[in-house]
Amino acid sequence: MSVTAQIDETAPPPKPRIDMLPLAIIPVLALVAIPLVGNLPGWINLTVAGLAMGMMIFIMASGLTLVFGLMDVLNFGHGAFISVGAYVAATVLVPMAGLTQSDSFLMNLVALLPAIAAAMLISGGLGLAFERVIVRPVYGQHLKQILVTMGGLVVAEQAIRAIWGPEQLNVPRPTSLRGAFLFGDVAIEKYRVFAVVVGGLVFFAMMLVLNRTKIGLLIRAGVENSEMVESLGYRIRRLFIGVFAVGSALAGLGGAMWGLYQETVTAATGAQMMVLIFIVIIIGGLGSVGGCFIGALLVGLVANYVGFLAPKLALGSNILLMVIILLWRPRGLYPVANR
Amino acid sequence: MLRNILSGDMPRSLMLSVALVVIVAALALTPFLFPGVRSLNVAVKICIFIAVVASYDLLLGYTGIVSFAHTMFFGIGGYGVAIALNGLGPAWGGIALGLAVALGLSTALAALIGLFSLRVRAIFFAMITLAVASAFAILASQLSSITGGEDGLNYPVPAMLRPSFHLFDGTVLGLDINGRIITYYIVFFVALALFLLLLRMVNSPFGRVLQAIRENDFRAEALGYRTVYYRTAANCLSAAVATVGGALLALWLRHTGPDTTLSFDIMLDILLMLVIGGMGTMYGAVVGATVFLIAQNYLQDAMAVASKATAGIPVLSHLLHPDRWLLWLGVLFILSIYFFPTGIVGRLRAMHTSKLQNRPEASTRAK
Amino acid sequence: MSDALLSLKGVNTHIGRYHILHGVDFEVPRGAVSMLLGRNGAGKTTTLRTIMGLWRASAGQIMFDGEDITRLSTPEIAQRGIAYVPESMGIFADLTVRENMLLAARKGTIDDTRLGWIFKLFPAMRRFWSLPAGQLSGGQKQMLAVSRAIIEPRKLLLIDEPSKGLAPAIIANMISAFAELKQTETTILLVEQNFNFARQLGDSVAVMDDGRIVHGGAMAALAADASLQQQLLGLSLSAHQ
Repeated sequence: MSVTAQIDETAPPPKPRIDMLPLAIIPVLALVAIPLVGNLPGWINLTVAGLAMGMMIFIMASGLTLVFGLMDVLNFGHGAFISVGAYVAATVLVPMAGLTQSDSFLMNLVALLPAIAAAMLISGGLGLAFERVIVRPVYGQHLKQILVTMGGLVVAEQAIRAIWGPEQLNVPRPTSLRGAFLFGDVAIEKYRVFAVVVGGLVFFAMMLVLNRTKIGLLIRAGVENSEMVESLGYRIRRLFIGVFAVGSALAGLGGAMWGLYQETVTAATGAQMMVLIFIVIIIGGLGSVGGCFIGALLVGLVANYVGFLAPKLALGSNILLMVIILLWRPRGLYPVANR
Repeated sequence: MLRNILSGDMPRSLMLSVALVVIVAALALTPFLFPGVRSLNVAVKICIFIAVVASYDLLLGYTGIVSFAHTMFFGIGGYGVAIALNGLGPAWGGIALGLAVALGLSTALAALIGLFSLRVRAIFFAMITLAVASAFAILASQLSSITGGEDGLNYPVPAMLRPSFHLFDGTVLGLDINGRIITYYIVFFVALALFLLLLRMVNSPFGRVLQAIRENDFRAEALGYRTVYYRTAANCLSAAVATVGGALLALWLRHTGPDTTLSFDIMLDILLMLVIGGMGTMYGAVVGATVFLIAQNYLQDAMAVASKATAGIPVLSHLLHPDRWLLWLGVLFILSIYFFPTGIVGRLRAMHTSKLQNRPEASTRAK
Repeated sequence: MSDALLSLKGVNTHIGRYHILHGVDFEVPRGAVSMLLGRNGAGKTTTLRTIMGLWRASAGQIMFDGEDITRLSTPEIAQRGIAYVPESMGIFADLTVRENMLLAARKGTIDDTRLGWIFKLFPAMRRFWSLPAGQLSGGQKQMLAVSRAIIEPRKLLLIDEPSKGLAPAIIANMISAFAELKQTETTILLVEQNFNFARQLGDSVAVMDDGRIVHGGAMAALAADASLQQQLLGLSLSAHQ
């Protein structure tokens, strides 16, 4: 008796199951905040601020979650790349006062692009060195990884202080990105819009690479099961190094963006962001870029809403958010399969 | 009898034994040997951090739990005593009350964190403790009415502990025994007791189970040990000792603030002390705390000289600047993890063992 | 023995403190299906993983097609024409069936004729082509794992317990698929616990116990000897019907 007849070949393929629920949290949160904030212009202001902050945190955190998902390496020294990015961007921008102080966005861009490029390049390079010197010797040993990367963070922070001095550094934000767009009662800060646009582009580009390229395919497969990828004949170690470098470069970009937002940075800035970044990648699910995106927006929104309503509870509320999400989904919003 | 006091955990290295004797003797006699405000301050810190780092060793070195919340418990102890003395006045009862409340809060929090740790992986746990400790630090600096905010609290201590109090009319061996000296010896003896207590715990059946959990917690569970209880107990014991350490610091400094107890820098310091000294050895805490704190306070002087000497060379001079002492300790930390994973203590013990093995008569010695 | 595509000589493997393989000697003849049998914990999976370089042999030599591959890395070993289907199947659940197959096709594109042949063997692959592999049933995942291994011609297939946990109907499907595969003269090393499955497909058989090969020879000889089966495997053929 032919057993293949028992398998129904004529039935249509089943619908793909897409997990939409976590996506809904953001609009729900935003809507809930309206009555709490009380007035619409204030709410719009806070929401844009939250989204902008979330975007910048996403840029900083995306590299870390990919590195962890792919290489099982938790880099507590990630904050170093953020700080370095901010410092390099500031250093490149300062001598270009002629361009940054111009009213023209185009002129500002001529100054911004090299600053951001330098930030990403140097952070990426630092990442390569970090991977080679600090991380590679301790692959597979989580405890030592945590300790060693922390040590790397301390050394990097001190090196920044040695090179640039211990005081805080001013980051000159270009003129066309200062001020706000005015729509009647509502004022939307120009830089926040810029941050949202840049963050959105980064997310879009990452999704494109991950879903439409061979390298992206390898990364997604490697996050699930890097051993199997090797068994299929791919030298995934080389991919690891590339991802680590790109992740560090992204952290540098995030640091530069954050520095421009705050208009001042210290060597400790990167380390200070690490707490929020950890919360974001835990909420999103380690290894998931999409989860990281949603987690970052959530954290940004919560930080701004609660920062307005009850400033003392801002960080605590994000921790509460993390605990609630972990109770609902213990491995994060979009856990990677097989982890 | 020495074996009994040390709970059977002998130094097992001649150099280590010598170092320990020197350290303990120096600490015991600091007021006489190294009089002066600065040296007394350093010695007090060494005593306190020996206990605090040893309690962190219990968690990290013996049970294999990475937690960044240790300074939180340290701070709870400090603030407990500070708030009590600030609010209730300089009385011994106030200290006892503050300490009791602090211990209760610490143990409860430690238990909560310990239980939560089992729902999540170790890496999650490390990150979560970091977040919780940060939140606590921010909370402490924001509840200014109770905690004194960013500036912290200054408060009087009981009369007997004040500099104006004199125990004897004259001097003893050239030293005037005033309230500060009394406070010093309270700190010294309590820290010593805490250390010996921890030594007793890690050398007991309880301690052996902790080490089994560190090696392979599935196996430990399969062997019948409820790892959740042991982990939680380790968390609570470690937190309690850190709390007492914080209380001692509060008594000495007569000031408690986020910068003295809760800052992440202190957490990093503890980590550095433990790794450099040697994880999982208890004696590593003694050696590590001593090396670190002496470097922190006296190395900077040496670096200042070197920095001035190299003033011509730009980057080098900045790297040798005394404020950058942490950079060099960070480098030492990283090197320790690679080349001395067992720290100074482990290295001394290894050297001692290999020396023994090289001597022919050693092989006939019964253990 | 020049018709041995793969040969292991004195292979020892240590995992941490545990000594799993104690000197494994055997050969896989070219163009035939070899079965590696044994009870749980005998070391069969460890043997496959050692061949694949996922675990390093602490002693001994592994020769593949005339080359010593003992010290090569896993990607290098795979690139020499060995496909590996692990016990856990190694399916990428977040990737679609198509993406899983695409990864396995080292040339970069999938040959349509070959794909058609695979669809004939495993029709479910066509149905689920654009869906995440995580939505497949256990049996279908196994089919995908095997499909990936045969998406391109390979010199050697290492397959670990393909019938584990599958319904009898699916197992029968597997057997007919492997029978077709045999026709293509592919060399296969199959680890199995299901003796009935093994008997229908295997040309030669090696039995492992405690990290050693304790019997080797033709499958037909073992299948005919009930007492030998009882001795080596602890149960007889009839128990598996």
